[in-house]
Order: sequence, then structure tokens, then C-alpha cells
Amino acid sequence: MAPGMDGQSMEATETDGYVTADGRQIGGVMMDIRNIVLRFGGVTAIQDVTFDIRKGEVRAIIGPNGAGKSSMLNVINGFYHPQEGEIWFKGKLRPSMKPYEVAEQGIARTFQNIALFKGMSTLDNIMTGRQLKMKKNFFWQMLRYGPAIQEEVEHRQKVEEIIDFLEIQAIRKTPVGSLPYGMQKRVELARALAMEPELLLLDEPMAGMNVEEKEDMSRFIIDVNEQYGTTICLIEHDMGVVMDLADRVVVLDYGKQLADGLPGDVQKDQAVIDAYLGV
Amino acid sequence: MFYREAGDFKTSYKSDLQAFPIRQDKIGIYIWLIIALVVALFAYKEWGIMGMDSGFAMKAIIIPTLVFTLTTLGLNILTGFAGQISLGTGAFMGVGAYACYKLTTYFPDVNIIILFFASGLVSAAVGVLFGLPSLRIKGFYLVVATLGAQFFLEWLFGRWAWLYNNNPSGAIEVPVRTLFGVEITGANASVVAQYLVVLGILIFMTWIASNLIRGRIGRSWMMIRDMDIAAELIGVRPLWAKLSAFAVSSFYCGVSGALMVFIWLGAAEVESFDINHSFLYLFMVIIGGLGSITGSYMGAAFIWIFPIVLKEIGKSFGVGATVMENISLLAIGVMIVIILIKEPHGLARLWQIAKQKLRLWPFPH
Amino acid sequence: MDFLYDVLIKPFVEMGGDPAFFFQVLWEGFVAGILYALIALGFVLIFKASGIFNFAQGIMVVFAALGLVGFYEVLGSAGIESGTVKAVISLVLTLTMMYALAFGVERLVLRPLVGQEDIILFMSTIGITFMLIGGGQWIFGGEPKSMITEDLGLPTGDTVVDAFGGIIIFQHLDVAATIIAGLLIAGLALFFSKTKTGRALRAVADDHQAAVSVGIGLNQIWVVVWFAAGIVALVTGVMWGAKSDVSFALQIVALKALPVLVLGGFTSIPGAIVGGLIIGIGEKVFELYWGGLMGGGVESWFAFIIALIFLLFRPQGIFGDKIIERV
Repeated sequence: MAPGMDGQSMEATETDGYVTADGRQIGGVMMDIRNIVLRFGGVTAIQDVTFDIRKGEVRAIIGPNGAGKSSMLNVINGFYHPQEGEIWFKGKLRPSMKPYEVAEQGIARTFQNIALFKGMSTLDNIMTGRQLKMKKNFFWQMLRYGPAIQEEVEHRQKVEEIIDFLEIQAIRKTPVGSLPYGMQKRVELARALAMEPELLLLDEPMAGMNVEEKEDMSRFIIDVNEQYGTTICLIEHDMGVVMDLADRVVVLDYGKQLADGLPGDVQKDQAVIDAYLGV
Repeated sequence: MFYREAGDFKTSYKSDLQAFPIRQDKIGIYIWLIIALVVALFAYKEWGIMGMDSGFAMKAIIIPTLVFTLTTLGLNILTGFAGQISLGTGAFMGVGAYACYKLTTYFPDVNIIILFFASGLVSAAVGVLFGLPSLRIKGFYLVVATLGAQFFLEWLFGRWAWLYNNNPSGAIEVPVRTLFGVEITGANASVVAQYLVVLGILIFMTWIASNLIRGRIGRSWMMIRDMDIAAELIGVRPLWAKLSAFAVSSFYCGVSGALMVFIWLGAAEVESFDINHSFLYLFMVIIGGLGSITGSYMGAAFIWIFPIVLKEIGKSFGVGATVMENISLLAIGVMIVIILIKEPHGLARLWQIAKQKLRLWPFPH
Repeated sequence: MDFLYDVLIKPFVEMGGDPAFFFQVLWEGFVAGILYALIALGFVLIFKASGIFNFAQGIMVVFAALGLVGFYEVLGSAGIESGTVKAVISLVLTLTMMYALAFGVERLVLRPLVGQEDIILFMSTIGITFMLIGGGQWIFGGEPKSMITEDLGLPTGDTVVDAFGGIIIFQHLDVAATIIAGLLIAGLALFFSKTKTGRALRAVADDHQAAVSVGIGLNQIWVVVWFAAGIVALVTGVMWGAKSDVSFALQIVALKALPVLVLGGFTSIPGAIVGGLIIGIGEKVFELYWGGLMGGGVESWFAFIIALIFLLFRPQGIFGDKIIERV
């Protein structure tokens, strides 16, 4: 393995992973996406895209608008079903699944156009992330006593930890519809984190933010990856952010894959420069 | 000055999660309960309520309002909290009423209260059946499906003679039933007992509804309502969420249907469950406030009492009852439009805004 | 076994055994279908131009018909003799009333609610429905009224045709209704494709914002559309009132236009017609050949069952646009 342009050295360990220069442990391949083809009627949104995501890494998908990046995330989520191709998750071929089954496997997501539940407060929105983990049955829910209320309190505890982590205590009870854009994005991240996912998909988490907000969000993303060990796959336009955050990058353009590798390498790839990065 | 949250700290998540976290709200609820009991006392002593004969006030105003509050609560669960528009409420009330009638025909010795809840279960089952299309259909299309349920069930109520014990008039007449030795159905029923039964059931079922809504099931409903795609991506199974909403909602409507026929009307025909009633209940939900329990109480009371008030006003001006009825339909239509323009979340939100202002009083902002 | 025979074989035997009657049933269903299609047409007009599902379309039919009859009576008591003149004046007055209604709805209901969610707009049309029911009953009285068929120049009487060994009866009114409906649809089609306003309507139906950006005034468009829907409502009301009296019960029948829309798609004019015919004919055939098994009266809900089955397999209807959800 050759060293990366910014000095990241990679050494393969016995578990087919490696350790980055800043000491993070990257594991084996968690998700393997092979030869995905996605069509809508006459339009081919994704043409034969193949890449993988390693456990513990920060993977970026970049490319111009309309390149099929969000569609790719939708495929991973089980929301779109590709006409061709395979997805392997944790070493097993994944059959065609419903989105809620994908969620049960430990994959969470944020959205480009915020998909918060506008009728609820911040706290309630984040609590929805705990939905899968709440098990107490209907009878106890009706009485809201004993096991039901205990479960609610436990999950409230976890949610409060996330609220502390993302520093959104002040807006806990505010209806999300009245929050500024940057805050809404943070609440959406909190909701995804509440699912305690193994793989977190972020769709343009910094879109529409100013420099300060971007720095905050970048810091949070790094913290999520380092503290919780969550594997992250994000779509991003800002090359500076991608260079700083990502371990590996895949570049899409009009549904086709242009490049796949270390940020430094990809930045120098001629095809990528022609299509996306410019002169 | 009076409605302050300052100084009212919660030291545990559990206390933060209770139904009325603000102390003044809790006191307000206790006051309402006391008023409700005082009303019962006045009726018992036949002292008259608010200038009216207490029997009349109970039979014409208070008891039906309570019954319709239960209906509105049920519809609100489906439409306000789970976002599934339904125009079949009248028919589901009918299912509850006829189910109760058949059950008490076959089991005349079983306590009628138990049968009320059993007929709710029957209604819930029917509700789930007619809710199945909601898995593929959304929004306006679902309205069409619920209309289908409404018309089909109406037809069934009229044609299936077994339902009304082959009574040639097609109507059902409620047999006399007692609770702790007091008659609560039939012509000689004790009005106070009837009032307390309905009130008790309503309070109990409101408590249950409040619990469900604040817990994970209610959250799953609201997730489906606000953004069903995101909900599914978080792990909510649309099947369970929607069908549970239909089931619970139909349960409430079924019980309220049984109460309406057994306690309030004493008899029923198909017309009691027709499409016009379904519209009425939807109006109660809209004016009261979609997705609000308090709103259900307000909306039901308003829609029921307003036409009565109008009729009284009309009487004092010598205007006929039919004319006033039409005017009240017109006025309700106008009010719906005004509410939707000014405050789509209904009376409940107006009340909330009033409380906000109260918190600051006597300061302007 | 008996039951299976009754359901699967007997109805077809009956159809074949009396072809004249079967054809009569088909014709009656066809006529009813035309009327359903007209109501659905009103829905489609408004939905195409504004995305609003106008629940009040049915009551507009009743309201227009009642208005016509009401004005006619008022003119009569004002001393104007019966005849074409009286009918024409009544028509003009009713059209003015429908225009005023369109104008009022646009100004007082639609404009304040611009940009709100669909469900809010839909519920506002339910509010309008009740306003028209209450107001209509107040102004015109609740009893059924008969339509002023002769004065309007509509034919009465029927033609009896010998065919298939039996007789088929064609009401002249029904034939007239079909022709008028056809003319109306053709007229609307021409209006949309040839005139400037029609083109503007198509632009608005396609994309509100783009239409506004080329200078099309949305507000006038909506008044035009609601007025057009009002005209369609009036024609429907006259036709229907001529067949069976004008009363508020008609509003419930009008709800059957909803299954028509489901079948035909909410945005398609040909869809409304095809859907109307399918529902109209399907309903009549089912009622007359299978209805007896169930005690009759199945017409009240059969249309909805057809629609429901359709929805489960093809949610967008025959002609509707396929719905692709985006995240």
C-alpha cells in the first residue's frame, strides 16, 4: 500500500484493516456495493457503480449535481431498488429489503432537504430515533406505567446524552419547524445518532451553512466517528471538507463512477478535474 | 402573574414526561373534574343547570357532548395524529352500536359496560379491515376508500336484518340495562347515572389515549403523519403504525357509537350513522384542532352547542327552527374556512396562545 | 353450488336471454356515466389548474340547479310569462350567480390559503360545501324541485325501438344529455387548445411558478377555472334535475364522482369520461344482474369498490401520472 499524498500511511493488519496516521482503527469491508444500475423509466440514474465502505472509516461520495449521489444513498437505504447489481453487508449478500428492514440492520441517514417531523419538538424528534429500540408492548403503553415508563426514561437518558454531545440543550422543547436551518440539520444528525447506527449516511450535511457552522458540523462528524466508532458515508460538495474529513473518496458524474481512492489521489485525477473540479 | 412556569423545576425525566407538567395546568384539570361532579350533584337534586331544567340540559346538551367528544377523540387519533383522513366515522360508530345491540341480545346478563368495550373491539376489527387499503393509498385516495366503507356499512345496516333482530321497522330499540341496580338505559333511566357512566368512560379513555400518544405508538403515528418516508427509514413499519391507528380510532368510535345509541338516543336507525354525521365529526376535529386531545373536547362541544344556541337566539326573534338549522350549517362552513385561514390548528392552538399570553400577564411581551 | 351458479353463471344467462333488456341496462348505465363524468370534469378542471381537490363540486351542481329553478320562480312571480325568454333570463342570472361564487371563493378562500398544505385546502372546500348546503337550503328551501325542462328547450318523450326480440326505450332527454355533454367537452377541449386563456390555464396546470413568471395572473386564472367548473356544474345540474328532481340528496350522488376520478386520474379530462362510463355502466350492470343476490341497493357503494380495487393495483388511475416519490 502506497502512502497517501498527505502522509497517511496504510499498513494492512491481520484483520484486513489498517491504522491511519492519526491512530484511528479502520476495519475490514463493511459494505460492498457492486455494479449497481438504477433506472427510472428512460433515465439511468446510476450506471455500474462499484465501491466499498470499510468499518470505522469516513467515506465520501462527491460529484456535480445530478450525479446520482443521493440516489446511491437511497439504494443503500433500501428506498430505491436497483435493477442490477448487488449489495453485500457484513459479508452477506443483502436481498431486496424494505427501508425499515435496512434500519433494523443498523443503517441511519440524514437528508439533503431536511426530513424532520415538523409537528414535533426537538426532543420528540430525537426520541423517534429510538423507535426501533423501544419494545414494550401495547398493553403497557396504554397504561404508561411500570415497564413502559421505565423504558421511556431509559431512552430519554440516551437522547439527553446525544443532546449534550451536539450542544442543542437550549432548543430541546422548541418545535423544529421554527428552528433555523443550521439547527435543524443538527437535530437531524441527532435523530440519526439516536438510532445508534453502525453505518451513518449523511446527505450533504453542510449544505447551506456558513463557515462557522461548517466547522461545528465537521467537528461533530469527526467526534461521532472517533468517539462512537460509527462508520460514516457522506455526500459533500465542499472539497476542503472532503479533504479534511474523508479517508477515501468515490467520484460520480451523471451516474458513472470516475474515480475511487484517497482524497489526494482523487484530487489529482484528470477525469475528475475535467468533470468536476475545474481548471 | 398567575400562570408562571418559573420556579417549577423538574428533577427527574419521569416527572418531565407526565401529562400536565405545568402545575397550573394540573390544577386546571382538577377544577374541571370538580365542576363535572358538581354538575352531577345539581342534576341529582334537580336544581337546574345554568338556567335550564337539569334533565333537559343533561339529555340535550351535556351527555351528547360527552359522547361526541369520545368520537372526536377517536377520529383525531386517526386523522389528527396519524394523518389518515377518514370520512367513515359515522359508519364505525354504527358498527359499535349494532355490535352492542347483538351482544346484549345474546348475553343479556352481561354487564353492559363490558359490552360497550366489547363492541369497541368489534369496531376495531372492522376498522383494521377497512384500513388495509391505507398501506397502498394515501391522502385524497384514502378519503375515497373510507367513503366506500361508509356507504357499504350504511347499506349493510339497512339490509342485514339479523343486525336489528329482524325488526320490521329496521330500527333498533335499546333494552333496559342496569348498573349496580340503577337503570342506565331505557326510558326510565336515571339521567345522573347515565351522565356519570359516560363521563367515567370518557375520562378513562382520554387517559389511555393520552398515554398512547405520549409513548412510542403515538410517536409512530405522528412520524407517519409528518413524513412517512423518513419514518420508514428510521424503522417504523407503516403496516403496524397505520393499522394500529385504525384499530384504536375505530375502537373509540365504536364505543362512542354504542354509548350514543344505548345511553343517549335509546334507539337508532341507519340515518344516525350516515355520511352527514361523518362530516360533522370531521368538523369537530378540524375546529377543535387536529392532533390535540384538548381540541377534541373543544371541537365537540362547539359543534354541538353552537347550533343549539343559535336556535334559541332564533326563537327569541321568532325565526323558525329549520331556518336556524340552515343558518348554523352555513355558519359552521364559514367558521371552518375562517379557522383554516387564521389558525389551522383550531381552537386548541388559540387556547395555547391565550395561555402564552397569560404567562406574561400583566406584561405585554 | 347453487350459490356459485347464481353468481357465476345465472347473470350471464340472463343477459343473453333478454338482449334487449341488457342493452337497455347498458344504455341507462351509459347515460348515468355521462353525468358522473360531467361532475368529475368539474373536479379535474379545478385540480389541474390549482391542485385543489374541490370537494364542493357536487354541491355546486345542486346549487346551480336550485339557482336556476329559484330565479325562474322569482321571475314568474314578477310577472314574466313562461317561455324561452324566461328560461334564458334565468340562465343568465344563474351564470352570474356562479361567477359571483367563483369570484368569492377565489378572493375569500383561495387567496388567503395560498401555499398551505393540500389537506388544508381540501378541508376548506369541505367548509365551502357546508356553506353552500346551509345557504342553499336557507335561500331556496329544502324541498325537492322540478327542473324547468320544457322552457329550456330540452326534449321530453321517448322513442321506442324494436330490437333483439324486445324493446329498447330511449328517452329523448338522455340523448340530448349525451349530445350536450359531448358538445361541452369538445368546447372545453377547443378552449384549452385554441384560446389564449385556455393556453394560460394549461401553463398554470403544468407549473404555477413558471406561469407566473411569464406574466400569467394566477388569480384571474383561478376565477376563470372555478367559473368554468360552475358552468359544468350548471349543465350537470340541469341534466340531472331533468331526469330526477333537484334536491340536496343529489349532493350525495355527486360523491360518486370521486371513484370516477380515482379510475380516470385526477388530472385527465379523457380519464374523467372513460372513468365515468366504466362506473356508470358497471354500477347498473352489477345492480341489475347481481344486486338481487344481495338484497338490492348495491348501487350506493359499488362504484367505490371498483375504485378501491383499482387503487390497489394502479394508484394513479387509467390516465393519471405515475407517482414517483422522492426523498
